[in-house]
Amino acid sequence: MELQNIIAQLPYSKPFLFVDELLQADENSITGTYTYHEDLDFYKGHFKDNPVTPGVILTETMAQIGMVCLGIYLLGNELKKDTVVAFTSADMQFLKPVYPNEKVTVTSTKIFFRFGKLKCEAIMKNEAGQEVCKGIIAGMITTKL
Amino acid sequence: MNKQELILKLKTIIKPYTTNTEAFDNLTEETDFINDLSINSANLVDIVLDIEETFDVVIDNTDMERMLDVKTAVEIIETKLAAK
Repeated sequence: MELQNIIAQLPYSKPFLFVDELLQADENSITGTYTYHEDLDFYKGHFKDNPVTPGVILTETMAQIGMVCLGIYLLGNELKKDTVVAFTSADMQFLKPVYPNEKVTVTSTKIFFRFGKLKCEAIMKNEAGQEVCKGIIAGMITTKL
Repeated sequence: MNKQELILKLKTIIKPYTTNTEAFDNLTEETDFINDLSINSANLVDIVLDIEETFDVVIDNTDMERMLDVKTAVEIIETKLAAK
């Protein structure tokens, strides 16, 4: 399956698309990257004169790569028109700060995908290979809620 | 296992997923998971997976679609246990 094709099907666009590239995908896991460009709007306010990537944005990045991209792959690359994507839970640890222009790599491993619910264990690493964020994320990827 | 014991086990499974404590405390066979207990579809999946583990049964998609209230859940579990 074309990994680029998965990104093309994502229901997000700028300024809320947090996937640049997918490196690998299979039945059990997915790996992708994103670079937080310094021009991203939230850096103006988080924090004043001290830009640090907000935890909610790190969580969203984990969800877009680790859950939605993996979900599209598991659905056989078929995100139908009536497919609904909903983020339903996250249990995260933020281990190190992520600054503007840092490139992160997210690896997500499936815990289960049943009855439309995908639950994953996801890890985000910085370019030095250090874990910056990790946790359990879950969401619904289904035609009905 | 009789029906009362089964419902008691089911209540233990449901408890962490409901936010409506009053409806939970007054749970009967007629209690609806979504409308009465305010359980969303994502947590309903967790409940079904917990049912599979607790009762050592396998729930399929057809059962899942019907499993919307206590009564139907009990029926499905009883049928699965009887078939073992």
